[in-house]
Formats: sequence, structure tokens, C-alpha cells
Amino acid sequence: MTTAIVPRVSGGEEEHGHLEEFRTDPIGLMQRVRDECGDVGIFQLAGKQVVFLSGAEANEFFFRSSDEDLDQAAAYPFMTPIFGQGVVFDTDPERRKEMLHNAALRGEQMKGHATTIEREVRRMIADWGDDGEIDLLDFFAELTIYTSSACLIGKKFREQLDGRFARLYHQLEQGTDPLCYVDPYLPIESFRLRDEARLGLVELVQEIMNDRIVNPPRDKGDRDMLDVLVTIRDDEGNPRFSANEITGMFISMMFAGHHTSSGTASWTLIEMLRYPDVYADVVAELEELYADGQEVSFHALRQIPKLENVLKETLRLHPPLIILMRVAKGEFEVAGYAIHEGEMVAASPAISNRIAEDFPDPDGFVPDRYEKPRQEDLINRWTWIPFGAGRHRCVGAAFATMQIKAIFSVLLREYAFEMAQPSESYQNDHSKMVVQLAQPAKVRYRSRRRSAATSNWRG
Amino acid sequence: MGYKIEVDLDLCQGHAMCEVEAPDYFNVPKRGQVEILNDAPPQEDRAEIEQAVWACPTQALSIREEDD
Repeated sequence: MTTAIVPRVSGGEEEHGHLEEFRTDPIGLMQRVRDECGDVGIFQLAGKQVVFLSGAEANEFFFRSSDEDLDQAAAYPFMTPIFGQGVVFDTDPERRKEMLHNAALRGEQMKGHATTIEREVRRMIADWGDDGEIDLLDFFAELTIYTSSACLIGKKFREQLDGRFARLYHQLEQGTDPLCYVDPYLPIESFRLRDEARLGLVELVQEIMNDRIVNPPRDKGDRDMLDVLVTIRDDEGNPRFSANEITGMFISMMFAGHHTSSGTASWTLIEMLRYPDVYADVVAELEELYADGQEVSFHALRQIPKLENVLKETLRLHPPLIILMRVAKGEFEVAGYAIHEGEMVAASPAISNRIAEDFPDPDGFVPDRYEKPRQEDLINRWTWIPFGAGRHRCVGAAFATMQIKAIFSVLLREYAFEMAQPSESYQNDHSKMVVQLAQPAKVRYRSRRRSAATSNWRG
Repeated sequence: MGYKIEVDLDLCQGHAMCEVEAPDYFNVPKRGQVEILNDAPPQEDRAEIEQAVWACPTQALSIREEDD
């Protein structure tokens, strides 16, 4: 059978093809590929052809493929300078599965994680007072540093972190300019700040390691992963792992769950503020649910239907990863088109999640679309893809969902929120591969407990 | 009318959320995939099974209705 040549999207006549457009408006570019070429189209990222897939049939091929056929590690060149040379922890799917099977993300850990997350939220809001203003990016990026370090690395390590670690980690995430597809070591500001941030993190981890060596754990119960790592020696009796390597391991363990959860928490709140009726319904749902006197660690693991629907719809409209990439390791055929070895292959949650045939009113915020019998997330298993799909589905999805439920179980019952800037001014910054909320993204809060009698605020 | 638990092992990632919800019916070994201990539970445990099916992060589990 003959295969057709994949059509190429318009534009991209410059030296690096569509790279400049990808750096400024990646979603616009990808949508144009779908509009002009259909389910399979090509755009050019520096020296690479990217075969861009969308729609159920092409996505199913993408998500069913094994790593031997479509390789993940080679597709993300911006990760190497972040994790550090030689640290491939997170890009290697086998190692990522290891994290799951090493128990940090297994079901029986979730209750303990929920307790930890509730405590971290309460610590973050301990000095909030009756009212005030926060920037969502600053707040949630710091909170999720504490939750992910406490849950995935260890509580003892988390206790040795402060806002400095969170700020450096954020700076590191900013070092993901798509120019990495030309060369991840180009002399540009984004990469310079990235390398500076990584050195800063290594310094903080070195300080913590020094402290662990001087103050070894009192007993087994006081020992965490870092205590173990600093005692391992090589054959010559020297420390096996440097601060640089240990920092790389920790960065990679936290990476997949950090900016993703931070952004999703922000957008969940923003969308509720844009839709006051939905917000009021969720607050009422939480009040009713927690009237039984149970803990957050009880309810966050159980159904909170309205909040879950809000989360699903938030993820559909604002998926934290807008593009998923692979490198073809052989010759393939998708929907009658040929994919050649060495080409990049991509799928996009941002585009597929808004296909009008699958999601009526695709740009609207409609949490009810997840109610029976519509259940548009389950029916469209290859196009409702905020967590990916199939064998590569995000292993942190259950943890992430629980985390959002725990965070808002605390925040929405303690405080009422309102926008502190025009609704349409809350936007994502798409100039980096790691998408983050653009600043400012401010909201005001007011205590619901102390102002309930006098407030004219909702709730 | 009875029912049966079914699993799509292409999707199971071994999260063990089902085991948390219904330990009498699901076992997930470390580094492994789910083992269904009894795929035809009695009607009185149906709510527990439905909770386990809901809790699966990869939607690998489902319930099939059986005619008597």
C-alpha cells in the first residue's frame, strides 16, 4: 500500500523553520497545522521535521506506541542541562515506573500524602490574616515545592527547604526556551539563568548534606533518602554521590509533578472565579461533605464530584503540558501517511482537548460535560488527554487529583477569593517549553470564618 | 442479576488504588499488575467494587453485567 507525503503547514520560511512562531504562539501554530493539514501535518523546529498528530485515530497510534518505536528521552533536549549530565531519572520511563513501584505513588501512600498536603497548605496560609492579596504563581509554585518534596523525597528533607529553593527551582523551569531545539547550551539569558539556578540548588543541597553528615540520624525512623545517599561510598571509600548528582536526582523526582500541579491549582481557582455559580456550588459541596467531621485525608481520597468536574474541565482547557514529543525509531504509517525514522512525532493536549466534534462548545467552561451519560473524558479516551493516555498515561495522575482536592478542601473553606485584575488578564506564558502562569496573576482573599457575618462576599 | 470485574492489563500501571478500596478482591504486588482475587463478588459488595473501579487512575477496571 502506498502512503501519502505528510502535508506541511504554511509559514516557517525562516532559518529555523517554525521555531520563532513556536516560541511565541505554539498553540496558534499547532491549531493551524490541524486546520490546514488535518490529523497529520508537519511543522519545522530548527533542523527537525515534527509530524504533528491530532484527533482520535492519530493520537491512538501515538499513545499505544512503545518506547522502542517512539522514543521519549531523545525528544526533550532541554531536560539534560536541568537534571544534569548523566541523570536520566525522569526521562527514562522504566525509572519513572520504578518511582511508582517504589511505593511513593502507590495507593496505600495516598492517605499519608493527603495529610502532608493539608499540613503544608495550612502552613502557607498561617500568616495570611483576615484578608490580603497573593500572586497565584508565587503561592502555588512554593506550596507545590513543599508538597512534592515532602511526599516524593521525604519530610525531613522538606523541613530543610525554604522559599529560596522554590525561587531557584522556578528559575530553573524558566530555562526551557524552545531554542534548545537548536542547541540547549546557546548563550542566551534563559539558559544562563537556568545554569545559575541549578548551581544555586546544588549549593543549598550541599549545605543540607553537610548538616546530615555532621548530624547523622538518631535511629532508623529519623533516616530519609538523603541520609542514606550521603553515606554510600565507592570502591575507594570516597562518597559515591556528589551534591551535583544528588541535586539532579531530586530535581528530576520533583520535576514532573511541580509546575504541572502548580499551574493546575492556579487555573482551577481562576476558572471558579470566572464562573461564580460553579464556585458557589463547589463551596456548598465541600461544606456539606465536611459536615461529617471527617479529615481532609479522608475526603480527598473519595469522590468530590463537583470539584472533580471543575478540575477535569480546567485540565481540558489549560493542560499543563501543551505538547508531547517523541522521536521515531523506525518507519510507520498513520492514517495513510508515512512517518520516517529520525523525525519527531508530537501530540498536543492543548489542541486535541478542544476538538469541537468531541467536545461541544470546545472553548466554553462546562464542568457538566463529565456528568453521566456525557462523560466526555471517558468517551474520548484518545482526545481528552490532559494526562496523556494509554501506556504512557501520567503515573502521577491519582496523586495530582488528590492533591488538588486536598488543597481546595482547605482553601475554599477557610477563605473566600476574588479576582484582583481583569478576568482575561490571567494567561499562560508560552515562551518556554515549561508553561507557567504569566505574572501578575493576583487574587484577593478574605477569611470566611471571621467575616461571615459582615461580608458581602460570596460564601 | 450478577456482575463480573474485568481488567484491561494494557492500561494497569500497578497503582494499587483498587487494593486500597477493596482488599478482599484486588491484590497488586510491588512492581506488578493487578490480580483479581475473585471476579464475581456478591451483590452486597457491589458498592465497594464500584468504588475500586472509580478509584483506578488508568480506568483499567470495569464492571460487566451478567445475565443469570
